[in-house]
Amino acid sequence: MTVFIIRRLMQALVVVFLMSIIVFFGVNVIGDPVAMLISPDADQAEMEAAIRRLGLDRPIHEQYFAFIKGAATGDFGRSFIFGEPALKLILSHMPATLELAFTALFLAVAIGIPLGLYAGLYPDSPISKGIMAGSILGFSLPTFWVGLMMIMLFAVHLQWLPATGRGDTGTFLWFETSLVTRDGLSHIMLPALNLALLKISLAIRLTRAGVREAMGQDYVKFARAKGLSPRRVILVHVMKNILIPVVTVMGLELGSLIGFSVVTETIFAWPGMGKLLIDAILQLDRPIVVAYLMIIVLFFVLINMIVDILYSILDPRVRLQEQGA
Amino acid sequence: MTDTQIIAPVPAKAETPFAQFRAEFFESKIAVGALITLGIVVVLALLAPWITPQNPYDLAQVDVMDARLPPGEEAFSGYTMWLGSDGSGRDLFSAILYGLRISLAVGVASGVIALFIGTFVGLFAAYVGGRVETLIMRFVDLQLSFPASLVALMLVALLGKGVDKIILALVVSQWAYYARTVRATALVERHKEYVEAAICLGLSKARIMFRHILPNCLGPLIVVGTVQVASAISLEATLSFLGVGLPQTQPSLGVLIANGFEYMLSGRYWISVFPGLALLLTVVSINLVGDHLRDVLNPRMKK
Repeated sequence: MTVFIIRRLMQALVVVFLMSIIVFFGVNVIGDPVAMLISPDADQAEMEAAIRRLGLDRPIHEQYFAFIKGAATGDFGRSFIFGEPALKLILSHMPATLELAFTALFLAVAIGIPLGLYAGLYPDSPISKGIMAGSILGFSLPTFWVGLMMIMLFAVHLQWLPATGRGDTGTFLWFETSLVTRDGLSHIMLPALNLALLKISLAIRLTRAGVREAMGQDYVKFARAKGLSPRRVILVHVMKNILIPVVTVMGLELGSLIGFSVVTETIFAWPGMGKLLIDAILQLDRPIVVAYLMIIVLFFVLINMIVDILYSILDPRVRLQEQGA
Repeated sequence: MTDTQIIAPVPAKAETPFAQFRAEFFESKIAVGALITLGIVVVLALLAPWITPQNPYDLAQVDVMDARLPPGEEAFSGYTMWLGSDGSGRDLFSAILYGLRISLAVGVASGVIALFIGTFVGLFAAYVGGRVETLIMRFVDLQLSFPASLVALMLVALLGKGVDKIILALVVSQWAYYARTVRATALVERHKEYVEAAICLGLSKARIMFRHILPNCLGPLIVVGTVQVASAISLEATLSFLGVGLPQTQPSLGVLIANGFEYMLSGRYWISVFPGLALLLTVVSINLVGDHLRDVLNPRMKK
């Protein structure tokens, strides 16, 4: 087990290292580092001073090591717009994004699994067909478009829910969060639902496929033959076997939720990392862009690694296979 | 996309594989409807300069007096704006058709380039085998562990705006899907009898790969291709909507929707909604066609 975890850690390190090269070269070789890293308002003298300060006159490999050294100590430079360290800005916007992503994940599981269960148990009922058609739409419709429609319907036309911002936040444990105030909750509803739509469709499909497969298995037949009530067979025997893969996949989607939140945050003016990124791109605030990219890569690698390790704990076959190879 | 197993009755023996494929495809009314819709969308986009009442990007034909007219209102210069007009007085119907041209061109171009690169890399991996194959596929798996939209967003963040850059970002974010599909199919095909026969004939490995195995990978490739083109169109629209995709000089549907967004809160819904519906119609109909193609082309679905 330890060997397995160490091997996974090594792989994760290699990936982060590769991505740091890609991001670094993306900024410094494909793009024009002077234009990207130095504020466009700088005059000639400032620019030359900045080139020396940033070490852009040094050979490329030395520059890369300097970048890595900075990144390892959390120094990605200062934001041109806010004048604060880029990393600090991103970390200060992170709770809003995580709150949105976790709420969306919760909605996806809470809405998707029951609907998928129904569609799997009664595949021929018109309601199930409606659910499945809805999930196809959920996959095909662009997230930003659905977000616009939600704003139009719920915020402009019906005026039920606010369309922009985070609302009042309260403190829960150590976090500032919208989830503990009424106003905050009303603000998070639309963005969280918008972000969750794709994942609701995914949860519906996974659960439905799992239920349909499980219903034909011997253990279900046996449980029925024992005379257990259908409710108990489904809620205890079937659900137990389906929930592990469904929840694992949904957990794996957390990374993509954080990535996708860029779109949702922009539409609903949600003050998270994603909106910060888009604003930074539009205002050519490169230190923030670079820091965001490295952090999101780290996030993904971490999530993938944790899921892999959890998997190997839950399912010894994965671990044994790796060791055999 | 759907995993409903519709076991279609096998049609009477058709003469050629293509005729059989056509017969099976036309069994689904939804797919045929989607194909017709898609055809209409493409034809309208291609014919845009000849069938629209105005060229929305010719300043001489646009009148600011017509700005923000609701749908069905008559423009200053006489014709009816069935879908209304946008913030600068462009007829939305015309702007949408012109936007469709750009959206479709970018989506199809990046889809086709990604298809070629991905197919080549996937086949090459299956062809050389060994360590090179492992290395290539590791890289493909690595890339696929990030969602395509995030990869594209990272790239535009680094590259900046512009048609060429968006196409590059879409290609880089999508090629891996083709590579994985081709390699998986090629590995299955490699052990079939016709390949053994070709090896016995003494044909070169490259010839077997490209002339014998590649044509048999086309089914899965077409399926992945349709879905990927739809997602490329949708991704481009998303990036353009966020303001990091195409510039204002290349007004695709995403740019149109973004331009209408500011009017949305004041109740002028049509400036965003109609371009959005056009996008929706395109993406959903491509997906429905692709979905049915998968059922028809997938031999496992047949009984």
